[in-house]
Amino acid sequence: MTSIILAIVIGAAFGAVLDRVGAANPNVINRMLNLTDLRLAKAILLAIGTGSALMFGGQMLGLVDVGHMSVKTAYVGVFLGGLMLGAGWAAAGYCPGTGVVAAASGRKDAWFFIAGGLLGAAAYMVTYPAWKASGLLDKIAGGAVTLGTVPGSKYEGMTALPGDILGLVLGLGFVALAFALPDRLMGAGVPRTAPAE
Amino acid sequence: MTLNWKIGGLLLGLVFFAAVLLVKPIGVSTQFVILDGIVADAVMPDLVTKTDEGYTSTNAYLAKSGGKYAKSVANPLNYSFVFVLAMMLGGFLSVMARGGLDRAERAIPALWRANFGDSAVKRYAVAFMGGFIVLYGARLAGGCTSGHMMSGMMQTALSGYIFAAGAFAAAIPVSILMFRKEV
Repeated sequence: MTSIILAIVIGAAFGAVLDRVGAANPNVINRMLNLTDLRLAKAILLAIGTGSALMFGGQMLGLVDVGHMSVKTAYVGVFLGGLMLGAGWAAAGYCPGTGVVAAASGRKDAWFFIAGGLLGAAAYMVTYPAWKASGLLDKIAGGAVTLGTVPGSKYEGMTALPGDILGLVLGLGFVALAFALPDRLMGAGVPRTAPAE
Repeated sequence: MTLNWKIGGLLLGLVFFAAVLLVKPIGVSTQFVILDGIVADAVMPDLVTKTDEGYTSTNAYLAKSGGKYAKSVANPLNYSFVFVLAMMLGGFLSVMARGGLDRAERAIPALWRANFGDSAVKRYAVAFMGGFIVLYGARLAGGCTSGHMMSGMMQTALSGYIFAAGAFAAAIPVSILMFRKEV
């Protein structure tokens, strides 16, 4: 029961924050992806950096359970799937999480996105044996690995570097990158002042 | 009413941290498979079956990794599935609290309208096809923007970096080609 309460609290907070940073707004997504307004990218970089620094910092202080880490396997299909997701993300303006939040916020096109998504997921379920047989799902570079070796983690490190310190440093690097990135890389060069909606 | 990126990014980072502190890293796209499984299992009750060790399925994808997806299909009231439903609730409340979206924006997003006109059919067709390849790609990759990119890169997972490289390598050129007019 506790886990269901946590799901409701953290899930609702995630949905609300996705809305407030503009990630569930396809206009904001495509202004980021066509490089005309990078403020959402700055928010995402800051979020990754903040999460990373807190998680690894907390691990080093013994406050965060290393066992909660969940590292996914690396294989060629990760890159191919990333390409597909990226193309659809740009065309539709939604990814899986932001699509459901957008649908709940009243965007009709997001419901079509979800319907297409359910069909796409079903198509993958049916074609999974062919991908499995192709070898493109076989692990590469050690599979489920972190860049450094995280003390007490069940996942192996790509390198022998201390994974917690590396995570903290990379986290701070993401924060620095968020601040260094300009507000826009392409387009009219007019600084945007009005809220993007 | 988009938040300043510094506040928004900090809040988003705190949510990702809270998830990994209290439960596990955030992920969403698996739940599309679970919902498909729930619907398919209702139509074909033999799809997911209980075994001595847990659950399995006649579908190889639901049966993989010791039937963990099959187990979630059989028990929809689990953390990850409820999490996605709660995301919808949180998003809905957040939008309502800031006054809701206007009618035109709910029908067709402004940037799409500026570049492709007022045809709702065209917009919904692209949203549907986009959804198809997003979720097919996410399942092939084993995660999406939240699971691979945000949660993965936050944990220094190699797979998260590979995924992000693929996603942006496609998303940026597609977006630049499609959305030339600014609004």
